[in-house]
Amino acid sequence: MSDIIRLTAAELGEKLAAREISSVEATQAHLDRIAAVDSDVRAFLHVNENALAAAGEVDARRAAGEQLGPIAGVPLAVKDVLVTTDMPSTSGSKILEGYMSPFDATVVARARAAGLVPLGKTNMDEFAMGSSTEHSAFGPTHNPWDLDRIPGGSGGGSAAAVAAFEAPLALGSDTGGSIRQPAHVTGTVGTKPTYGGVSRYGSIALASSLDQVGPVTRTVLDAGLLHDVIGGYDANDSTSLRDEWPSFADAAREGASGEVLKGLKVGMIKELPDSGFQAGVAASFRESLALMEAQGAEIVEISAPHFEYGVAAYYLILPAEASSNLAKFDSVRFGLRVTPEGGATVEDVMSATREAGFGPEVKRRIILGTYALSAGYYDAYYGSAQKVRTLIQRDFDQAFAQVDVIATPTAPTTAFKLGEKIDDPLQMYLNDLTTIPANLAGVPGISIPSGLATEDGLPVGIQFLAPAREDARLYRVGAALEAALVDSWGAPLLEKAPVLGGAR
Amino acid sequence: MAAVKLMDFDKALELFEPVLGFEVHVELNTRTKMFSAAPNPANEEFHGAEPNTLIAPVDLGLPGSLPVVNATAVRSSISLGLALGCSIAESSRFARKNYFYPDLGKNYQISQYDEPIAFEGSVEVELEDGTLVTIPVERAHMEEDAGKLTHMGSTGRIQGAEYSLVDYNRAGVPLVEIVTKPIFGAEHRAPEYAKAYISAIRDIVRGLGISEARLERGNLRCDANVSLRPRGQEKLGTRTETKNVNSMRSVERAVRYEIQRQAAILADGGTITQETRHWHEDTGTTSPGRPKSDADDYRYFPEPDLLPVQPSRELVEELRAALPEQPVARRRRLKAEWGFTDLEFQDVRNGGLVEVVEATIAAGATPASARKWWTGEITRLANAAEQDASELISPENVAALQQLVDAGTLTDKLARQVLEGVIAGEGTPQQVVDARGLAVVSDDGALIAAIDEALAAQPDVMAKIKDGKVQAAGAIIGAVMKAMKGQADAARVRELILERAAQ
Amino acid sequence: MLARIQLSDDEVTQLTGQLDAIVDNIAKVSEVATPDVVATSHPIAMSNVFRPDEVGQTLTHEQVLQNAPDSADGRFRVTAILGEEQ
Ligand SMILES: [Mg+2]
Ligand SMILES: [Zn+2]
Repeated sequence: MSDIIRLTAAELGEKLAAREISSVEATQAHLDRIAAVDSDVRAFLHVNENALAAAGEVDARRAAGEQLGPIAGVPLAVKDVLVTTDMPSTSGSKILEGYMSPFDATVVARARAAGLVPLGKTNMDEFAMGSSTEHSAFGPTHNPWDLDRIPGGSGGGSAAAVAAFEAPLALGSDTGGSIRQPAHVTGTVGTKPTYGGVSRYGSIALASSLDQVGPVTRTVLDAGLLHDVIGGYDANDSTSLRDEWPSFADAAREGASGEVLKGLKVGMIKELPDSGFQAGVAASFRESLALMEAQGAEIVEISAPHFEYGVAAYYLILPAEASSNLAKFDSVRFGLRVTPEGGATVEDVMSATREAGFGPEVKRRIILGTYALSAGYYDAYYGSAQKVRTLIQRDFDQAFAQVDVIATPTAPTTAFKLGEKIDDPLQMYLNDLTTIPANLAGVPGISIPSGLATEDGLPVGIQFLAPAREDARLYRVGAALEAALVDSWGAPLLEKAPVLGGAR
Repeated sequence: MAAVKLMDFDKALELFEPVLGFEVHVELNTRTKMFSAAPNPANEEFHGAEPNTLIAPVDLGLPGSLPVVNATAVRSSISLGLALGCSIAESSRFARKNYFYPDLGKNYQISQYDEPIAFEGSVEVELEDGTLVTIPVERAHMEEDAGKLTHMGSTGRIQGAEYSLVDYNRAGVPLVEIVTKPIFGAEHRAPEYAKAYISAIRDIVRGLGISEARLERGNLRCDANVSLRPRGQEKLGTRTETKNVNSMRSVERAVRYEIQRQAAILADGGTITQETRHWHEDTGTTSPGRPKSDADDYRYFPEPDLLPVQPSRELVEELRAALPEQPVARRRRLKAEWGFTDLEFQDVRNGGLVEVVEATIAAGATPASARKWWTGEITRLANAAEQDASELISPENVAALQQLVDAGTLTDKLARQVLEGVIAGEGTPQQVVDARGLAVVSDDGALIAAIDEALAAQPDVMAKIKDGKVQAAGAIIGAVMKAMKGQADAARVRELILERAAQ
Repeated sequence: MLARIQLSDDEVTQLTGQLDAIVDNIAKVSEVATPDVVATSHPIAMSNVFRPDEVGQTLTHEQVLQNAPDSADGRFRVTAILGEEQ
């Protein structure tokens, strides 16, 4: 395995800046890695034929003396939920197979402008509906820690790509945990920014009031570096915040010194008892808290009585918004068209196309959402669920009056086996228990690796939540704990992952 | 189609009381669309663009696209709300109206539902004889238009079409939908109410300058709701909604037709089906369309991609202060200023000519001459060309034309020729006069020469004139006019002949 | 069918069962969604986000039609339409 792919984005960026490595070399190393392992991992739906050319351009800009950003020339994997002009964008669905967008998502455009090199598009649950990437129309992605297990979802492709050293950086989207939960099961880092902190323009909408795009990386600093590139106000997204954001990379560097843990108040939700989690998950969480305490943090029990209503509210809001967002896939302007035999009307064509083009999970949620919005039910369903958002926001407000951050295990279990829960959507939904409240309330969240579960040796993540707009706090705290943990392990967690490529 | 039974209109009114309601869609003439930065085809500048050339991603509902609200469209909507006497909502929001249709890029229309921008107003409407009536307005809300479908096949209609073509240029055009409350008391003047109401809305949006307001282009589209209830009954009857009636005259006719049609059914013991109906301009009839039912489930919910519109009270007051004079008040003022009789003013107003007459006067013509040109010759030519009078010629050119008459350069007859030249695109009146050589011969020398020639040809005439038979001069005038090819001022010729006789 | 998805009998049976999940969710949410609680439709409250009325980036005619399953005469082509617009 080439050393280049083992570098973090920050390290690679420095070597690129010092011209020790060219972007072409870095990109080629990652393309080689993809060629070597992706037939096993299946993180990518599409590999960018123009990656080397794009890398060459960055090298040329650097050679011409242009002042480039800290991660210019670093390769980037892009979740297929984000539209791109030079690669197909399918959102993991057959209905969009081969779709070429005439515009780039804002985050992709910003990444290109910052000199990042798009390597390809990563696999995902169809239209981001799922927690396992098994609902991709193009087959599942495999967890690099155990190829028989799920890489989480919906952004399993981005997390697996980063965990398998196929890319140092990836973009994800998080509607109910789709960045953080894959990070948890693959031993990687993922941030869901404050709602409105990163533009949604060009992100194929699942649930507009919940979706956020964010970074997927191997270190907190890398996440901060990528967040700095993609974040900030975008006039194309009405819900984009006009805030001046601090540098999240600087926040991560500051946090890595460890000072930030001294006197930090960390909230622990009393309504989330250990019994709700796999033993190894709960144990890893406790160890992380103990480590933070040892570094001077204060663990404070807080109450969030309405979190338990989050999942129910989420599964009313999400299908409702999704059913409307996915109505555009009707075979008229783009995407698949299926014409039934003999004299079909456009209505028949639309119905046949949607029947053939959507997978079962998508159909399920569209039907549920259509039902939840139907006349007479709106107030009871969607309207009531929106009230739960208010209650959860109040819980957060009260909690953050007492603590600086809230910590939870990122998800209840480690990676389960492919196929194990696919027929049990309700069980699958419970996976999002701890991640959903952040989406409902709009607050930012980060998941960082906290260790391995003793019973199965699989990665576990710890999630930190901060008040809205306080994303920088997550980078400080996340980097501080990360430094302490890596120090205690002697090496990053991913060093313990099995060797891929030919080793199987 | 089976023959539709109609009841005599007066008879229908004897038995039933009509209740009206209108939904008018106004296309705003902003430069860009409601939710995208694509050019707005309802703005004169972009009218008539090739299909699918005025398109931003959100107009097609492309994956990843998002709407952003046009600030000017919001201002225009508030101004319109104020002009309709409405309250402006402190907080208003957009909602998605979900239904599948190929002209709808996203398969939902962004509209407003429970929180419209403007609500509870009224419009003062003037009937043809000057009677004022008040039409109650329930709400005015912002929304986007859909694309345009063309049905291909033998009929050109939706029925029997083999396939349809979609142009999304119109998708996203900013609309304000104005919804009235039920209108009672119109009685036999119901058709006239309809026409007067549309005309009032047109005047208001024209006065505000927020819409091109051309019905034939669909800038204003009217859905007319009509129901009948037996005299003495409290409960409202079942209504029909006649869609997209696109001229004042049609609205009037459609309402009359629906009253007659529904009355015939009800009198026969039948029931009215709640449905949309289509107006057919050619036959002057309506035909049934889609039945309305409880299954019309649009699954409205607040548009999560957009934020509430909360106009500051300062903005509302600023826009209120900037409102133009109300059309009815304005018309009364103009009529007095211009010194027109009731009949003269009605002629101008019913021809939709108030603005052009006003502009012509502003350009220097007298009120009487401006009225005469516009309601006379120009209207005649417009009718012949099946065009709007205001489209034929600019008020400035009409005023210039009249000035040439006043200066004696043109006779009335020559002026009509010049008018035709201007309308044909030959330039300003002066340019037409120069190019066609149409000016009156005002050179007395040339006239006197012609007079002398005529007198020489008819030697007995001078004697008659000198004898006091002044009317004999007519023969000479005629000869001179003929010699001058009509380009002489007959009055001046007469003067010169009499001068000659006095010598 | 409001969702415009043709479903097989099997799918209908399966979905009917899952509608119960929605009913459970509503029951759960109703425990706390009392009338005095206001609804939150946007996680971060904002208002009056507008765009200046200026022509911006538009698609070329080619871009408009580049993904069209069928087109003719510069327009999108669809088979016969049964119902009328709303
Ligand atoms: Mg309507
Ligand atoms: Zn409307």
